[in-house]
Amino acid sequence: MTEARQITLPLTEAALQSLRAGDMVELSGVLYTARDAAHARLCRLLDEGRPLPIDLKGVCLYYAGPCPAAPGEVLGSCGPTTSSRMDAYTPRLVDEGQTAMIGKGKRSPAVTEALRGRAVYFAAPGGAGYLIAQCIRSSEVAAFPELGTEAIRRLTVERLPAVVAVDAFGGDVYRQKDPACQRSPDGLL
Amino acid sequence: MRDIGFDEIAGAVAQMCTAACCSLPQDVLDALQRAQSAEEGRAAWMLELLLKNARMAADARRPCCQDTGMAVVLADLGRDVHLTCDLYEAVNEGVRRGYGEGWLRKSVLTPLTRENTKDNTPAVVHLRLTAGDRLRLTLMPKGFGSENRSRLAMLNPSDGQAGVEAFILETARLGAASACPPVVLGVGVGGTFEGCALLAKRQLARPLGQPSDDPLLADMERRLLEEINALGIGPGGLGGKTTALAVHIAQTPTHIAGLPVAVNVQCHAMRHQEVVL
Repeated sequence: MTEARQITLPLTEAALQSLRAGDMVELSGVLYTARDAAHARLCRLLDEGRPLPIDLKGVCLYYAGPCPAAPGEVLGSCGPTTSSRMDAYTPRLVDEGQTAMIGKGKRSPAVTEALRGRAVYFAAPGGAGYLIAQCIRSSEVAAFPELGTEAIRRLTVERLPAVVAVDAFGGDVYRQKDPACQRSPDGLL
Repeated sequence: MRDIGFDEIAGAVAQMCTAACCSLPQDVLDALQRAQSAEEGRAAWMLELLLKNARMAADARRPCCQDTGMAVVLADLGRDVHLTCDLYEAVNEGVRRGYGEGWLRKSVLTPLTRENTKDNTPAVVHLRLTAGDRLRLTLMPKGFGSENRSRLAMLNPSDGQAGVEAFILETARLGAASACPPVVLGVGVGGTFEGCALLAKRQLARPLGQPSDDPLLADMERRLLEEINALGIGPGGLGGKTTALAVHIAQTPTHIAGLPVAVNVQCHAMRHQEVVL
């Protein structure tokens, strides 16, 4: 089996240019959790021209809502949620400087286009929430604490396993393997 | 008549919430292991990570997946049982305790206001009266990565068995990649709109891969599993031979004008626990 490539977050320009759909990687560094509710809030703040609680320049957003930490844990189980629900927001956030995102499942053609030359989408193993939580070294709430599990958390991670799902050149691992789904117009993917 | 009370039910449900969320059933682990041996590259890596995750979570008694789901409870109540409490209140108290004391995620909210109920209640309880003086409770925490990929169609009788099979295959093709594959499909055919959906849900409580008693359905299950795995969606949707672990189908009589079919999609974390009180 091929060794996973070690990648540091925030993503460097060199890494952005070198990653290709299908690459197996392990991610280390700083990222922020944000799922449905946090994405909606960030975009509403942008609409209203108000300041954001986190800097999106170069940021990696992880689509995840963890279990609460049990005593002695950094954080509870924390695997990826379905990325397509963030499709409506992602092009906007990439415009603001987001360069990486982690989730699971397919993205819309609009997201793939938005990522071109600017950002990479990683797929983490869906369902491996406990294993991923063991990669988390620190966790603090960075914004929207009232959202509970959907709050934005700043995480430091070490060797979080993932696969490059959509690269910065339009490459898409899901469409490499499943040509039938390319024809699906419903955006459910 | 035999009395069964609030604390007995609530205690059993609470215990099952944690047990189900932390430990995958052995038949699921065995199926993942078999699949892992048959895959290579990315697909083998994904399955290796899922198996490692399951082992670590079970050892630590912590949830294998952060989506600890909505608590679906199948309650088979013997007609000679005398309940000394409200069944639904007792089940909900069990969910409240299980998700609270087990540090599980509270994922349940009011749909339009998106206001979280903060204790993962209410549970979804499906009650069935049976013979005897026992209460059988099956708890299935249902995550929504897979639940969201489920579909129901009111097909025409002219669509026939071929139409039903096409719909099942299409559901896998459209949704399996985002549903934490390898998936399990619970399929209900017939009944009414709501009966069909519940029949599909109940198929997810069957032992993994146990064929239907009906030879026609067993044959459909076997062929559809092959066709779904030929789609190449693979573990994590990242390509591979293993897109589904099993297809479980059941049918029930329907109307002369109808052919309802429901496909309930289940992620690889097919969690369930059962207790007989």
